[in-house]
Amino acid sequence: MNERLRLAIFLVAGPVFFGLYCYAALNLPPWGQYRGPYGDLIARLAVYERHATDTVNAINYDYRGFDTLGEEFILFTAVIGVTMLLRRQKDVPTSPAGKVADRPPLSESVRAVISPAVLVTTIFGFYIGLHGQLTPGGGFQAGVILATGSILVYLAANTEGFKRITSHVAVEVIEAVGAASYALIGIVPLLIGLPLLTNVLPLGTTGDVLSAGTIALISACVGIEVTAAFLLVIYTYLEEIVTGEIPEE
Amino acid sequence: MIWCGAGILLLLAISAFAVVRTHDVTEQVIALGFYGLVTALMFFFFQAPDVALSQITVGAVALPLMIMLALSRMKFHKATRQKEGEHE
Amino acid sequence: MPHILQSLPYFIAAWLFFCGLYGLVTSRHLVHSVICLAILQSSTYVLLLAIGYRVGGSAPIFADISPGALTVDPVVQALMLTDVVVEAVVVALLLAMVVKAYEKSGCVSPSDLRTMRG
Repeated sequence: MNERLRLAIFLVAGPVFFGLYCYAALNLPPWGQYRGPYGDLIARLAVYERHATDTVNAINYDYRGFDTLGEEFILFTAVIGVTMLLRRQKDVPTSPAGKVADRPPLSESVRAVISPAVLVTTIFGFYIGLHGQLTPGGGFQAGVILATGSILVYLAANTEGFKRITSHVAVEVIEAVGAASYALIGIVPLLIGLPLLTNVLPLGTTGDVLSAGTIALISACVGIEVTAAFLLVIYTYLEEIVTGEIPEE
Repeated sequence: MIWCGAGILLLLAISAFAVVRTHDVTEQVIALGFYGLVTALMFFFFQAPDVALSQITVGAVALPLMIMLALSRMKFHKATRQKEGEHE
Repeated sequence: MPHILQSLPYFIAAWLFFCGLYGLVTSRHLVHSVICLAILQSSTYVLLLAIGYRVGGSAPIFADISPGALTVDPVVQALMLTDVVVEAVVVALLLAMVVKAYEKSGCVSPSDLRTMRG
């Protein structure tokens, strides 16, 4: 199937589908008048039942915690796929790449700004991750924010530091521990006799950092796992450039 | 307020077309970053701060970052292969 | 509200879908097609959010408003959080495949990859 045939099929089938979709979309409820019952029900009950003020995270980690468990394993499996595809095996002989990429010297002002930026990023990432049940945020956002802190280190021309942060064996262990602890937190209620992923920890007072039971704990575990996952992905993409060695074919 | 939302949606449609019609990949990454920011703005208008935070960190930071890393690895690979070709 | 404004987000979602699909069909660079796939995935965000929006509603975060106030739908937003995560990991895995295909074959266009065989 060459390109012309593909484009012809698209130009024929596309407008037909578009027309049918627009005809169907005119029958959807008008924009701005949500009338379903479940959203209102959860918005009214979540604060009293779970002592969590962020209903979106309460749904993600408690009411529909099983779906988020599946999503964490999607992330885990995708990172395994990336590392399997791109990682160099340990016993393949390598040769130095030589002076292939000349890096222009960084100005001092960039380096002067980077270290406060790394500090602010890390503190902000921890804040977002620990307040998942109170304000918008939660584990996943915190993980991505913390992982981009390592890129700031790389931007400061500190390749040795970047290599030490991201290529350590502990990063893989931390990712596995994060994913496993989410599953373990879910299995603990099974041992008591309650369904999977029930909120069994004490709920605390609404608005406290240590409230909402397992929601805060799961949010922290997800944050740990996502940080380590993104660090692994970033290092796997940059491995040849950072170490300067390429495998011989 | 609804007209403001309609305006943001039209801006979203225009920037999506701009991303698709950019053919140089490095320029497209920057356009994708802008598209991610406009999507986050739309999420803020739709009263979804959690999703907006997610979209900013993923769609405007992590996604262009990963694409640029892949592109730089491909360029590095091409440069080393060319250098080996010169040596032989 | 005029009638066209009542269904505008649904049309915008369809437009995003077709923009992404058109880019995917006529792409000449593998990374370009991966980015168009990201645009395709973001059309579902617009559709889901438009279903859950309520005029005059505020965000479903009760840290500073009372629990009985009018809010938008939080269930749809929880679905979309998963959606955003899945978009990021799908793009990461696809880019790894693109990089490996480029390293093995040396060409970066989808049509060239088909003819280089054997």
